[in-house]
Amino acid sequence: MSNNEAMLADLKSIIKPYIQNEEAFAKLTEETDFINDLKINSANLVDIVLDVEDKFDIEIDNDSMDKMLNVKAALEVIQEKLAVK
Amino acid sequence: MKKRVVITGMGVVAPNGVGLDAFTAALKSGTSGIEFYPHLKELGFSCCIGGIPKISEEKKREYFTELQLRNFNSASILYGCIAGVDAWKDAGLDINEETDFDSGTIFGAGTSGVERLREAIYGVDDKKVRRLGSTVVAQTMASGVSAYLGGMLGLGNQVTTNSSACTTGTEAVLMGYDRIQLGKAKRMLVGSSSEDGPYIWGGFDAMRVLTRHHNEKPESGSRPMSATATGFVPGSGAGALVLESLDSALARNATIYAEIIGGSVNAGGQRNGGTMTAPNSTAVRRCIQDAVADAGIEPTEIDTINGHLTATIKDPTEIQNWATALDLKGDDFPYINALKSTTGHCLSASGSIESVASVLQIKEDFIFPSINSEDLHPEIEALIGKERIPHKLIKQTVNIVAKASFGFGDVNGCIIFKKFKNE
Repeated sequence: MSNNEAMLADLKSIIKPYIQNEEAFAKLTEETDFINDLKINSANLVDIVLDVEDKFDIEIDNDSMDKMLNVKAALEVIQEKLAVK
Repeated sequence: MKKRVVITGMGVVAPNGVGLDAFTAALKSGTSGIEFYPHLKELGFSCCIGGIPKISEEKKREYFTELQLRNFNSASILYGCIAGVDAWKDAGLDINEETDFDSGTIFGAGTSGVERLREAIYGVDDKKVRRLGSTVVAQTMASGVSAYLGGMLGLGNQVTTNSSACTTGTEAVLMGYDRIQLGKAKRMLVGSSSEDGPYIWGGFDAMRVLTRHHNEKPESGSRPMSATATGFVPGSGAGALVLESLDSALARNATIYAEIIGGSVNAGGQRNGGTMTAPNSTAVRRCIQDAVADAGIEPTEIDTINGHLTATIKDPTEIQNWATALDLKGDDFPYINALKSTTGHCLSASGSIESVASVLQIKEDFIFPSINSEDLHPEIEALIGKERIPHKLIKQTVNIVAKASFGFGDVNGCIIFKKFKNE
């Protein structure tokens, strides 16, 4: 598994408890939107960010968090924060 | 013309029984739910006994989703949702797919999520506010329990939480009763819940109002009306009742447990002997008399009273107030029992749990035993005699029960429940 694939797998396991649409989760792509597609309660986005911080041992600032609305953006933020670690 | 209001469903989470069946069995047998808690002793509490309902992890998952249980730490919401959802289902009502604008909830609480709040306070003080997560507000807001219930059941009428110390549960019932009487709702899920443990009970222990003489023998610790009562035993849990307009209940052929025929809430204003913690007896008597008048009954029609009776020095005063308010003495006085003898004082949940117990007596025609009062307080014996306090289960027709609760802040509530007759 490449680094990117491993990161996506980790992200999927983090968001799984919060999703309300199993079907969209099953065919998740980089374009999948957390709220519109996965029907995640917007309040839970902060919990996802905290889980991501714990998993990757990074800190995600509020501005970066605001961007994390879909899979692609989330992966980009994680990569960016890992790079400056 | 006011609507008639009946009870069509109930649920209960009590220290001596979770669920109606277990609770009814404990009620009839006089089984205590009071236990010794070593962690209270370790923390230096004088009173190390109390009543905490037993809820398994498995049981939690029958009511809450895995997502709801992530970082969940709010006893009032836990107990209240179990009792509330049970009552709703017991009433034969479905979980609404769409918002039900005819149904609401008034579900009281003394506090919400004190343990969760403690975690949050430590987090904030540790400069980790950004890591608190999303659920601190929902679990610690006073209305947490009604907010969770509203979502679980799809309630679209009034959804709120009342709070009036140990009168909370009784007040919630009467607030729901008012709302249905006025035609503003068809169904109101009413009840209350109370949390437990050192952070809730510590303040009472500090006031020295809890008994410290029964740590070795917990079951004998809660002694309402006893000559050897030395303070109350703290408890927790939740009680819930589905109140419904008679029209609605009949239209869907619901089981009717009992009817509410009257009630009263008032306060003593912390005057004439009333204080933050002690009752103004004039107000207590007035509350009882107003409830009886509201119900349109004679005091002699009351079969049994479920008192507030906590096992403090105020029990003889309460009996005196009932006797004076009803103008009944000795053998003319109704039976009177104290649920707190087996559950401890469930604080903000007491009024609703005791309302459930009161209604069960009407539905199943029995008067439950009040334990630990065989050595009756002499002042109580002088007023009403020994025979009026059942120490064993009495099986007899029960038509009318008067239930009262009194709370810090000098607040009072009294409900009159009656066996339902379609006339």
